[in-house]
Amino acid sequence: MTATSAAPAAPATTSESIRLNATPRVQYVLRIADTCLIHAQRLAEWCGHGPVLEEDIALTNMALDLLGQARALLTHAGQLDGHGFSEDQLAFLRDEGEFYNLTLVELPLRKPSGHLPGGDFADTVLRNFLLASWLKGLWTQLVSSTDAELAAIAGQALKESRYHQQHNGDWVVRLGDGSAESAARMRAALERAWPYTKEMFTSDAVDDVAAAGGLGPARSALREDWQQDVAEVLLYAELPPLADTPFVSTGTLGRHSEHMGFILAEMQVLQRTHPGGRW
Amino acid sequence: MSADTGTTAEWPLWEVFVRPKAGLDHKHCGSLHAADAAMAIQLAREVYTRRQEGSSLWVVRSADITASDPGDKAMYFDPMEDKVYRHPSFYELPGSVDHM
Amino acid sequence: MYTQAMDVAPAEERKPLRTAEDAQLEARFEARIDDGSFIEAKDWMPDHYRKTLVRQISQHAHSEIVGMLPEGNWLTRAPTLKRKTILLAKVQDEAGHGLYLYAAAETLGTSRDQMLHALHTGKAKYSSIFNYPTLSWADIGVIGWLVDGAAIMNQVPLTRCSYAPYARAMVRICREESFHQRQGFDSLLVMMRDGTEAQKAMVQDAVNRWWWPSLMMFGPPDAESPNSGQSARWGIKRVSNDTLRQKFVDACAEQAQVLGVALPDPLLKWNDERAHHDFGPIDWDEFRRVVGGHGPCNKERLATRVKAWDDGAWVREAALAHAAKQALREKAA
Repeated sequence: MTATSAAPAAPATTSESIRLNATPRVQYVLRIADTCLIHAQRLAEWCGHGPVLEEDIALTNMALDLLGQARALLTHAGQLDGHGFSEDQLAFLRDEGEFYNLTLVELPLRKPSGHLPGGDFADTVLRNFLLASWLKGLWTQLVSSTDAELAAIAGQALKESRYHQQHNGDWVVRLGDGSAESAARMRAALERAWPYTKEMFTSDAVDDVAAAGGLGPARSALREDWQQDVAEVLLYAELPPLADTPFVSTGTLGRHSEHMGFILAEMQVLQRTHPGGRW
Repeated sequence: MSADTGTTAEWPLWEVFVRPKAGLDHKHCGSLHAADAAMAIQLAREVYTRRQEGSSLWVVRSADITASDPGDKAMYFDPMEDKVYRHPSFYELPGSVDHM
Repeated sequence: MYTQAMDVAPAEERKPLRTAEDAQLEARFEARIDDGSFIEAKDWMPDHYRKTLVRQISQHAHSEIVGMLPEGNWLTRAPTLKRKTILLAKVQDEAGHGLYLYAAAETLGTSRDQMLHALHTGKAKYSSIFNYPTLSWADIGVIGWLVDGAAIMNQVPLTRCSYAPYARAMVRICREESFHQRQGFDSLLVMMRDGTEAQKAMVQDAVNRWWWPSLMMFGPPDAESPNSGQSARWGIKRVSNDTLRQKFVDACAEQAQVLGVALPDPLLKWNDERAHHDFGPIDWDEFRRVVGGHGPCNKERLATRVKAWDDGAWVREAALAHAAKQALREKAA
């Protein structure tokens, strides 16, 4: 029998999404992990494009801190979940509906997204500040978590978030109480971001399970300290506080803004295109 | 407009000093631009301590540093050359007490 | 490194000595150079020395900053969280290196804004290697291996440059640079050793595109390089273009074997007599085109830097405005 050359094998399909079906405990951890991950992803857009070289370096430091926090939390979530997914499987092979970050971190920063133009440096330092203040409150509580690994992560992360809060809070003041242009931009940034902060303090069943089990605080418990920190900086920044609206974003439920799809398409492209790849 | 003329106001230059750990002196390690002192300290932390180089930082506006004139080097520093009596090695002592 | 083709001052900048005092100062300066002494910021120095250094150091700095862009393109697409972390740290280092170099140049009487203005208006150059596009993730590994490899080879001699602020900046840079090449090589090794066929093809394609431009980083052949005897004496440039290029080829030929990639040069071959690798002719037309502004990405790279600077103008101004307000408040208090 003569050997015939086989037709080339059809390429493997792109990497399929993993399915989590996260328990409340896992979802609680992923909310923090994914918030850090997506914000780090947005901050990475600034590398090489900052308004001043020194601040370019500072923004990247914050991205690296958040990425480190995300990696530790994702690894831990993978263990808690029982499937044994790695940090990379969770970051690169989950579908949008199983990401649980705050919607706030999906909104454009430097680069345009979807139909929206990009944000600016005011959007960036404000979001950094609002987020760092939230994370600081969260880490402060999580240091006493019944989950030892989570408590350990919180101990290190708390130091990082305190620095981010100081550095970016100073910038919010500098820009709010700087020039006429910077004040106008900071006011506009605050108007864009404010409606998305409500989600930071809206508790649900997942929060209740976490609080009951000593895993971590419900989001509503974080409101008071955060409002105090933020009010102080807004005062120095000569920015008027904004009223709450009925809007609540739902990223923590897995229902995202239109921007999330673009973020994941970019972030996940190589793993999706090279199933079984080694990096 | 800065792209056209390159002459809008610049952030001032600051010199950065880092103390690696308690017990050692602050050492000059370079400079950076910052708009104010608080920013200068933070940026010094970002730029000059990423590899755990420091436990304490000083920043000083470069304009506030007074330096000796290199042209005066001879008259400022050469006279110290022949004052060897300031050094312990100048004094020869019997071996039994030389440890002092 | 990035300056092999750029560090020579035009002849009209070399002014004739004017006074006997000048002659004496210059003689003393040259004696210190011959002595191997360092020149510090406030020391007397000939105008030509000062101008040459400002040009070389600032162009080196510009290269670091523009060099953030090709790799920066892949930060949001890095294939694992570890690689994303490593690449962020590496590109961040390049910002830092640019910063140290701008600072060193500022000790010679120029300002960062003036240097950036020269870059943005096209008067100052940066290394032409950064005018090539990064088309795949493998490009990132290849840049670490070849481009950083070439940079390191050029940079080590500069740690002994006669101008001390530059030498000190180079010491700091070399210390930080060592992981840059290693992380690139490591990334390629994983893909070649454990990766899919598609990944291996990606790596080979990247090598094919970056090899010749990397060789051009060492500048034109010695025979065509304008006389750089002065630069050699001043310790600005201590080793010839061709010597460094040969050293680079020899090192890479071995490293390519470890990786299992082919360098795209059919004439690359070990020569027993010379105890070096022979290699094929470089397309100097391409080099001149790219250096002259007509490479694949020249316009984009510069436009990106100009946009970042212009978009940041209101930020820089606001910071100064706030600082001024604070100063007034403190005075009034």
